[in-house]
Amino acid sequence: MTLLDLREAPLSVDEALDAVRHPGAGGVALFVGAVRDENDGHAVTHLEYEAHAPMAARELRAIADEIAAEVPGVRLAAVHRVGTLAVGEVAIVCAASAPHRAEAFRACRELVDRIKARLPVWKREHGPDGPYWVGWRDARCDGDEHGAAEGEAHEHGG
Amino acid sequence: MAASVRVLAFAGAREVLGCSELEFELAAPLTARALLARIVERFPRLAPYASSLRLAVNDRYAGWDEVVRPGDEVAILPPVAGG
Repeated sequence: MTLLDLREAPLSVDEALDAVRHPGAGGVALFVGAVRDENDGHAVTHLEYEAHAPMAARELRAIADEIAAEVPGVRLAAVHRVGTLAVGEVAIVCAASAPHRAEAFRACRELVDRIKARLPVWKREHGPDGPYWVGWRDARCDGDEHGAAEGEAHEHGG
Repeated sequence: MAASVRVLAFAGAREVLGCSELEFELAAPLTARALLARIVERFPRLAPYASSLRLAVNDRYAGWDEVVRPGDEVAILPPVAGG
């Protein structure tokens, strides 16, 4: 069983753990990502998450399948929340189980990293400095109007 | 088959376009690169962001040389920021 989902309802850590635990899993790694009260020096009151939902579901499945093929014996769970989240609320839960801890840690880290790099999800920060889409200002590149014709898009890590 | 593609826009790109979805005329197949160039022609305010955008075709990331055909669904994706 693999738990992979995007949803508006609050996330459950136990649900993710239950999805990956089994008698052969000696190690379970868990990552919980929560909304922080500041980013890049800006105070944050809440976040809005938006997703290309059908594509995100497909990409999440692709990521899980890749990691399952790379790390022997893992079971994975990943649930990402969408909609409006207050500071402290959980935006993402990832869990990975494996016979031993090394594989569990590795799989969980890969799961989080690939989700952050590839899942078509965006967040808008709200705070005293006004709402803005994370990464959008950095995406602006004046004087390079036809850059998309030149190849792959830039990476913008957060 | 419709002589158009359905174009979805997300986050900052959606705000620049002023809508989350539109029909874009496409009489013949075109590469993703050429399609984005056409979209940018129609929405010049998207131009400064063009080098950071990616396109998805039918729910998959598209390479710039991938061919988009009438009837496909195309999504304009700003740099992702999940997690």
